Amino acid sequence: MGKIKQFFGRRSSWSIPYLIFMLIFVVLPLVLVVLYAFRDPQGNFTFANVRTFINEKESVNTLVYSVGIALINTIICIILGYPAAYILSRTKFRNASVMVALFLIPMFINVLMRTLATVALFGFIKVPLGQATLIFGMVYNYLPFMILPIYTVLQKLDKSYIEAAQDLGANNFKVFTKVTLPLSMPGVVSGIMMVFMPTISTFAIAELLTMNNIKLFGTVIQENINNGMWNYGALLSLIMLILIVVTNLFNDEKEEASAAGGLV
Amino acid sequence: MKTFLSKAYIWVLLVLLYAPMIIIGVFSFTEAKVLGNWTGFSVGLYRSLFTPGAHEALMAAVINTLIIGLVAAIVSTALGTVSAIGIFNLRNKRFKAVMNTMNNIPILNADIITGVSLFLLFVSLGVTQGYVTLTLCHITFCTPYVVLCVMPRLKQMNPNTFEAALDLGATPSQALRKVILPQIRSGMVSGFFLSFILSIDDFEVSVFNIGTNGLQTLSTFIYADSRKGGLTPELRPMITLVFVAVLAVLIIMNLRTKNNNQTNSLK
Repeated sequence: MGKIKQFFGRRSSWSIPYLIFMLIFVVLPLVLVVLYAFRDPQGNFTFANVRTFINEKESVNTLVYSVGIALINTIICIILGYPAAYILSRTKFRNASVMVALFLIPMFINVLMRTLATVALFGFIKVPLGQATLIFGMVYNYLPFMILPIYTVLQKLDKSYIEAAQDLGANNFKVFTKVTLPLSMPGVVSGIMMVFMPTISTFAIAELLTMNNIKLFGTVIQENINNGMWNYGALLSLIMLILIVVTNLFNDEKEEASAAGGLV
Repeated sequence: MKTFLSKAYIWVLLVLLYAPMIIIGVFSFTEAKVLGNWTGFSVGLYRSLFTPGAHEALMAAVINTLIIGLVAAIVSTALGTVSAIGIFNLRNKRFKAVMNTMNNIPILNADIITGVSLFLLFVSLGVTQGYVTLTLCHITFCTPYVVLCVMPRLKQMNPNTFEAALDLGATPSQALRKVILPQIRSGMVSGFFLSFILSIDDFEVSVFNIGTNGLQTLSTFIYADSRKGGLTPELRPMITLVFVAVLAVLIIMNLRTKNNNQTNSLK
């Protein structure tokens, strides 16, 4: 018994290298983001970056605009994605898993390639690039991320709840609004997580879809870092990070939200 | 009628989703400089793409992408598997929760912040960014997914089989190789493929960490190219080929999991 215990002890110590790895490559970099955000280029502690952010309207405006675009994108994705997930979980297709996989495959194609292909599509049907194409392109990119979590939840939903409601005299509409929809909310929340925040933080997508006419928050971060304004860029990243932490507090089914879950 | 309508909705969505890729695919078979002009069927772009020396920068970017993807996938799978076994066997609940939370950070975090934060790490350590640092970045965001792929297999495993092997005289390392690894292999394979795909698809982390030595991956190459205005026409066949390759890998993976599920349910 002692020997086994000793060995179990050793197996648990296998997590130590990863702990060290994560401390260096995950935790320390995030600490550096915070440090850089409150420093001037000479390395002195300062609130100047915060002041610039508040006084200079550009970053704040871009943030507000990005939140707006992300909101519209999320709503369209729910409106289009929920029915799709519902149908996929109910209708008998000859090969259901292939149908689901078809919806997920675009997630695994390089985001730049997808976006350039979308731009090509707009060029092909002669639609000028602007705010409309930006939203359309965003929906294109993020719809699969909304469908997957909703589908996963609907798939797992215990059918006997629905049968019980029907037995108790509810019509189809009532079954949906009183049973299916409330029970599938965790999937919708996961979907929102996977669409809303990434829309704000992407940079190349907006750039390519609007010929660089419309900037999202991610673009501003990237421009600052690229132009050597590391401290201001770090502050903007910190603001983004805080937004992510706050929204994550509303989501407890983290692991199911991972894009990997459904397909692999 | 209702089933017909809902099936029609699904198909319309799918056609819309795939329309961009299909257009790129179709126009990769014509030589026009601008996408949308059809100047007759031709495999000229494919030929020119693979002409030695014609598109060295693009080809170098593709090779870099594949090498980094492969190395990152191998290292992440090894590190992720060992770590998953370690975390799974942790007795201290609080420490276990801390490890799981840290593991989730790169998954939940926005790619741009992962990219910026790693950039700041290398800058403040004074490390020149290049091949090695970029691969390390990719390992950073791939390993958590491997842990998530292997962990469910460990949970499904009967813990007694390991002890039984020890009782029957196996050394701990034999028990690991002959008992644990075969049972978690499918999780490791999923983690490996997932890491590879995540790595070759990555753009937002790479763009901050390619450094200034002219290192390019396929994503950063496409980005730089599209910024210059006017895409290199040879990117059309390139994108088509990558699309077909990713499609093939995912279909194989899907069929494999399905077979696994069937054999599992047979047991």
